[in-house]
Formats: sequence, C-alpha cells, structure tokens
Amino acid sequence: MSPSAGAAGIKAANQAALARLVEARPMLVDCRPAREALGLEGRRVLHAGPPLRWERACPTIQAAVLCAVRYEGWAADDTGARDLVTRGEVALGPCHHAGAAGPMTGIVTPSMPVFVVENRLTGTRAAATINEGLGRVLRFGADDEAVVERLRWLAAEAGPLLGAAIRRVGNGAGIDLRAIMAQALRMGDEMHQRNVAASSLVARLLMPALARAAADTAALARVAEFVAGNDQFFLNLAMAAGKASTDPCLGVTGSTMVATMARNGSEFGIRVAGLGARWFVAPVETPRGLYFPGFTAEDANPDMGDSAIVETAGLGAFAMAASPSVARFVGAGGLAEAVRATEEMAEICLGEHPHFRIPTLDERGTPVGIDVRKVVETGVTPLINTGIAGKAPGTGQIGAGIARAPLACFEAALEALARERRS
Amino acid sequence: MTTVALVKRSAYRDSVLLLDLARELRALPGVREAAALMATPANQELLAGSGLSSEDALAAGPNDLVIAIRAESAAAADLALARAEALVAARDRPVGPAGRALPRTLDSAWRRLEGANLALISVPGPFAAAEARRALLRGLHVMLFSDNVPVEAEIALKQLARRRGLLMMGPDCGTAYLAGVPLGFANAVPRGRVGLVAASGTGLQQVATLLADSGEGISHGIGVGGRDMSEAVGGAMALVAIDALAAEPATEAIVVVGKPPAPAVRAAVAARLRAAGKPAVACLLGRGARPGREGSLTIAATLEDAARAAVAAVRGHAWTPRPFGPEITGLRERLTSARRALAPGQRTVRGAYAGGTLADEARLILDAVRAGGPGVTSEIVDLGADEYTVRRAHPMIDPAARIAEIGRAAADPRTAVILLDVVLGHGAAADPAGDLAPALEAARRSARAHGRDIALVATVVGTDADPQGMRRQIARLEGAGAWVLPSNAQAARAAACIAGGEPALAAILAEAGA
Amino acid sequence: MSEAASRVPALLAGELRVVNLGLQAFASDLERRGVAVLHVAWSPPAGGDLKRAALLAALDDEEDADA
Repeated sequence: MSPSAGAAGIKAANQAALARLVEARPMLVDCRPAREALGLEGRRVLHAGPPLRWERACPTIQAAVLCAVRYEGWAADDTGARDLVTRGEVALGPCHHAGAAGPMTGIVTPSMPVFVVENRLTGTRAAATINEGLGRVLRFGADDEAVVERLRWLAAEAGPLLGAAIRRVGNGAGIDLRAIMAQALRMGDEMHQRNVAASSLVARLLMPALARAAADTAALARVAEFVAGNDQFFLNLAMAAGKASTDPCLGVTGSTMVATMARNGSEFGIRVAGLGARWFVAPVETPRGLYFPGFTAEDANPDMGDSAIVETAGLGAFAMAASPSVARFVGAGGLAEAVRATEEMAEICLGEHPHFRIPTLDERGTPVGIDVRKVVETGVTPLINTGIAGKAPGTGQIGAGIARAPLACFEAALEALARERRS
Repeated sequence: MTTVALVKRSAYRDSVLLLDLARELRALPGVREAAALMATPANQELLAGSGLSSEDALAAGPNDLVIAIRAESAAAADLALARAEALVAARDRPVGPAGRALPRTLDSAWRRLEGANLALISVPGPFAAAEARRALLRGLHVMLFSDNVPVEAEIALKQLARRRGLLMMGPDCGTAYLAGVPLGFANAVPRGRVGLVAASGTGLQQVATLLADSGEGISHGIGVGGRDMSEAVGGAMALVAIDALAAEPATEAIVVVGKPPAPAVRAAVAARLRAAGKPAVACLLGRGARPGREGSLTIAATLEDAARAAVAAVRGHAWTPRPFGPEITGLRERLTSARRALAPGQRTVRGAYAGGTLADEARLILDAVRAGGPGVTSEIVDLGADEYTVRRAHPMIDPAARIAEIGRAAADPRTAVILLDVVLGHGAAADPAGDLAPALEAARRSARAHGRDIALVATVVGTDADPQGMRRQIARLEGAGAWVLPSNAQAARAAACIAGGEPALAAILAEAGA
Repeated sequence: MSEAASRVPALLAGELRVVNLGLQAFASDLERRGVAVLHVAWSPPAGGDLKRAALLAALDDEEDADA
C-alpha cells in the first residue's frame, strides 16, 4: 500500500468505524444464565478490564472473585476459594473476551443471569449482569452473606422472570435501547452516573410484560420492587448496548478509533478498531469525586470496571452537558462546566452522534468515536464518570466521581498504528 | 532579595503574551526582575543566566509555564505571584465565537470555521512545518509567520501548495495584506492600486508606508518568505503571487521586494514581471543590481525608489532617483555639524536593526559609499535574524537585544553613528521608540563621559494611522537626540555622510548623478 | 508535478476566514477588524515530543496524493 492510499485509508476507515458505532441498533432481547448466554462453562469467573493475573489483582477484585466462588458453591469459605484460585482451578478471564461487559469488579459466573443485547445492524450480541443496586454489592467488592443471598435470588427468581418478560416484549422484537438512551439523554441522564430516567423508561416497558409472565404475584411484586427501587438498573443495559455497538468496530483495518476502554483496578486498557483484539494498557488512576459520609479519598480503590464502554459509545462523561446534575455530583460546577467537559471530549472525537442529541447544546450530538491520534496530539484524555469502590476488601461503594484515561495507552496505540501503516 | 516561581503544569502560552506579562510584572512595586516563559531547556538557561532560577523552576518541563520573580521582599514577591496568576487568567481567551470553547487543533478549527480559507501560523519553529502541511492538506492558504523552519521543509510545503493551487506565504513571512486585511506585523495603510510581492516583511512595510505617505494604497501585499527567491526554493511562491496580481483587476502596478535572488530566479521573476501586462518594479537588494528599465519593468536600487517608481507608474509620471528628499532642509549644514562633533577616529556606522531587509539595504548603501573612497566602515547587525530569535521574541516586540547592541556600539570608540530602524504597526511593540530612547540617551551620555560624541540616526517605518502614531514616535526619537529621516535609504546615506564627512556626501551625490 | 488551478484569485477577491495558530494577539487584531477568525488553543502536539508529532503527521487524515 502506498503512503497516500494509507492516508485515504485512515479517513475512510474511521468513517466506516464511526458509522458502525453510531448506527448500531442495540436491542434487549433476553435474560438468561451466563452459562447459556455466553457458553460460560466450568469454574470460570469473568472480571472487568483488560486481562489480569490473580496475583496482580487489587484486594477489592480478589474479594469479589472469592465471593463469587462461594456464591457458585465451589468453595464453602474464602480460604477454600482462595485455594482453588491460586491452584488455578478457577479460570479468570476478562468479560470483554467472553462477550460481556461488567461494571466495577465486573464479576460474572456461569449461573448468574445476564441481559442479552443484540445489535440489529450487525447481529453482534453482548451481555451484562443484572445491576444489584447501590451500596454493599458484589460489583463494588462487598462480599458478605447478604451479597451472596441477593445474587442467589437474582439467579433463582429475578433472572428467569425478567427473561420471560423480555422475550414477550413486542412479540420477541426486544426493547430498543438506543431509543431509550436517546430519550433519557433528553431527561437528564448520561447513562453512566445517572440512569434514573432510562431505568424508569425501561421499567415502563417491562412492567406489563412482567405481569403477564409472572405466575406468582408475590414473586412479581419482589421483582417489580427490585427494578423500581434501583436508579442504576439501566446502567448494565447501557453497557451491554455499548459493547454490542463498539465490538463490530474492532477489525476495521486502518481505523484509529477507540473501540474499547476498560479498567481492572490495576490497569486501564484500550482496544483500537484498526488494531483488532490487542490491548494497550497503562497503570490506572484513582478517581476523584465525592464520598459517602465516613469515607475520604484515602479509602478509594483505583479505577475499575468495563463501564467506560459507555463513554466509548459517546455517553457518560462525554454527554455531561446533557446531565448538569451529574456534573455537580462529580465535582464539576454546574452547566457551564458540564458543557466544557463535553466540548473538551469533542476535541478528541471523530464526530457527533446523530441519534444522541443534547438539547442544551442546540441539539448537537454527543461527541463520539475517540480518535487515538487526537488524544495524543492534544494530550486531552477521555473523561469517565464512575463509581468509587473502597480499597479495603469488602467495603463496597464509597462515592462517585470522575477519572481520566491514562495517556500512555493511547501513545502506545499510536505507535502501533504507525508501525501497522508502515508495514 | 527573594526569588520565587509559579509553575503551571502543561499550560502552553505564546511568547508575545508571556513577554507582555513579564513586562507588567516587572513594573510592580518591589519587583526587581521577572520572567514568564515555557520551561524549555533553552529558557531554563535563560532563567539561570538572569539569576531567576529556583528549585521550583528547575523542576518544570518544556510544557510547563514558569513565572519567576525576584523581589526586594518576600511580601512583594508573593504579591507579584498573586498578580501573575490573575494576569495569566485575564489574558487567556477561554472561549471563541458563540461562547464555545476554543478548538485545540488546526483540524478541529478547520471543521468548525465554515469556509475557512487561510491559516495564520506562528507556533514555535520545530512545530511550524507540520502545522502548515496540515493546513495545506485541508485546502487552506497559509501564512507561516514562524521562523527557524528548515529550507527542505519550506521546499516541500511550497511544492505541495503549488500542486493544490494554494498560497504558501513563508516561513518567516512577517507581513501580508490580503483582500484589505493586514496580517502579522502590518502598518495601517490604505487600500489602493499597487500590488506587492515581498520576500521580506519589513521591505514590504517600508514600501507600503512610503506609498501611503505619497497618497497611494496597496491592493494586496503577498509575503513569500525571505528564502523564496533563493536557488533552492526557486521563487516558487513569488511566481505564483506575480501571476495572481497580474490577473487581479484592482492591481495597476506590481512591486517585487526581496533580498538578492539566485541569478536564475532573478531572470524568471523579471521575465514574469515583464509579461504581467502592467507596469512592474523590482527591488531585489544586492550588489550589482543595476537600477534601470527592462521594458515595462523598473529595477529600483532601494525600497524608497521602488515606492517612488510605483507611484510614478500608476500616475503615469516620470521619476528620477534622488539620495535625499527635498523636504530635508539644511542637509549639508546638519551633516557637517554632526561630523564636526566627532573625533577623527570615529568612522564606523553601527546599525542595530529589527528589519532584516532594512539592514541589508543599509549595508548595501554603506558599502557603495566605502567603494567610492571615503574611509567609512560599517557594522550592521540584523537582530531579527533567526540566530537571534531562537530564544527570544523578535526585536520588533522585545527591545532587549537592541538595547544591548546599542550599548555595545556606544562603548566602541570608533563608532561615529548608531543607525536604527523603528518599525510600527499592528503586532509591533506598543511604544518601540519609547523602549529604545533611554538606551539612545544612555549611549550619548556614555560617549560624552569618555570625551567624545556619538550621532544617532533613525528611520521610522509607519503611518499616522498606526496604533503607535508615526508623529509621536518620531518626536520621542528626536527627544532622545536622534535625527529621523523619512526612509531607511536616506537614513543610511545620512549615517554614511556623518561618518565619512564631505567626501562621503560627494560620493553619494556623484553616484546619484545629482 | 501536476498543479491544480490557482485558488489565489478567489482568495484575493473574497473574504478572509482565518484559522489562527500561535500568537493570540494576531487573532485579537483580526477580530477587532471584523475578520472572521477562529483562534486555536494550541499547544505543542504530543506534549512537544517531536517523534510522536512526526507519527501524527504521518497518520494525517488528509492525503498528499502526489507526494
């Protein structure tokens, strides 16, 4: 390939990759155990972020993995669980390699029910667990009996009923998540830190179907209460939608667009559309933000979770201008700063989202399609809205804030892109 | 005495803004010295050299802004730092049109500014060529103000521009007027019917201001950069610009200004001018450039002659070169009395120039006088040359280099005359004559303290419409004891006559055939 | 070397619309004159790392087909 053809290739490839991303049609089509949805067999535990060796995992993720082993009944207690893991009898792997996106610790095991999202544009499927709610939950590294009990209830009652309901909606056509996200954006959600509008919208669609699917009104009431009581219920759906929309971009030769961003509590990793499955990693930073009473920045765990897929798809911090209340919550000072955050992200993106429009920005689309080149050129790194977990294992959520992707992984990706082009 | 520093990480600010900031900080009570700069290795040396370095400053990197202050007391230093913080914030342009944040990259600006057609680029040299290339690839004409760009990069940029049908003005293009808009360092001159092509910013400014003084305006002034007519670059942009002005209906005469071109380039430029279908003037300053006519093309020996030839051409008048304007009364007496104040051994003209082409012109005039016999020597320094501007702003903005050069000239017992140019206009210092006047006064004082005198000769390139005001600037220089002549050529000749006495004047008059 | 038709006449006949990179004062001057100008909050690309800046230049979107 001549250099000039290469240059034309980059522009065209980025246009193609961006079109794939923004024209994705993620539909919520099912909820069933990960064993069935993802083919997750045996003693496998998925975690958030780029690949991670057990010894290198932060204590919070380790605690969540041990809790998941107990939940699956592979060990009776943490000592037994740790034994299994260190002997290599539990296989760890990233959610992203198994078709899933996991929030915070991102733990998925075979019996956990997962939502299944199908991208109608490409047929790509992606999954995410049912959001457990706030506070002391597995995704934030909490690991007590109450956590395990909730997980068991989700598997036994909520998952099957939600699955039955979802399969009924629109005679099996599923729930159009892009339409919900576009609408929720206009109602003040950015789909990462704030999901109250999207959760309400999806609940409105689910409730009649749940009622029809339920044989037992007591079970229906419990599931309905659980869904209605969780403002972040939609987060995991936004993540599965994000993954189903960004995954098809991986492998668009020549594209410099970021297709994945994820953190595992030790490293921040990105994957680039034109560079396929390779991860480019750098040490992850600790988020800055606001803390629940009794906690301070001292207690915060380094950033983690696959939820940055929401930003990768043009929402979250990139859509901050649509969600001024979040801006204040994460330390920014209201609308002006929220707009600044979105405009800053526009400087490193390939385009504006044609379907996710921000009323307060004269209907401009959210910035979408992070360009590795623009990040390195400007030194402006992607901004991510995030929850903050405690670093002492078992603590759970201690606050919420913002984090920046480290520049080094984009620099490494740029060098790989340049090598790719020369060869 | 306390030295303190404020370091702002990853906060690039341009050199003019920083210079201005330092000037304001220096004026604060109790502040002895202040600097505001990006902490590049070269600037770190500069800090160390001026005793402004500190642990904080040393820890800063090339992308960090350092404001260093030496003050009489810790309290004064703290106050100055607080003020510095406020000044930095006040000078930043936080938002662009419609209240939106400014774009961070050329590409982003190009996407946002619908119908953008020109990139005006003045970033530091090492980054300039890449940004210019980006602009050309996006279909933007370029004015590249930056200097310290390698000639190979210039050639590649101009080839690219020609393939795209675009103007690539520069590198080192200080001045241009396009479609009535002055760009870079430019004087307030009227629009009119003379089109200029200049491989020299100050050459263009001199011709444009002299035209304005004669009541003529310019249609366009296309800068091409100082090296355009070198053998390597081959006049790539001069030829494009001549063609454009030849085709442009408002342009009635074309003037080309520059340093001596390579012979082949000179021939190509002259041929293109003769074929332009309108009167043309070339002032390509160099030894052996014989003034005269080649068909519709007039070859002028000086910038002033070029302006006068252009005025004559558009008005259909005849003209003849003259060494001094008719408005200078008592010329001979003034020259003689200035010479009489000097010792016999004072025979050197020391030029401290901001304008490169003006320096060249002065050099040529003085060399011609010396060739005519009188024992005049000259040392003309162009303080705007690349080697002087690597570490600091151009002398049209920052007077420090010139002040130092004036001091050196005054200390030399052979110096008869200190000769200088003062260039006004947008982009230039707010009060350049005021910046230099104390140094001129000091030069005189120090010469007199050593039992000799020294003559000060200057020219002001500007118009009354310039923000600094031509008349005010002349008055300031005259107040400092300088003799201000209406053009650089006349100033150089006057300097030669003071240094060389009656024989020099005779040589000049003989050369002009007067 | 193929040359496109000169776009200079159109530039001289039309209205300037300027992207300004570098000295902020130039943008302010143009603004005062009512010229359409967009100033870039420029900083050295790749934090001033010339090697990475060269990689960025090599990976530009717009192509130089004749080079």
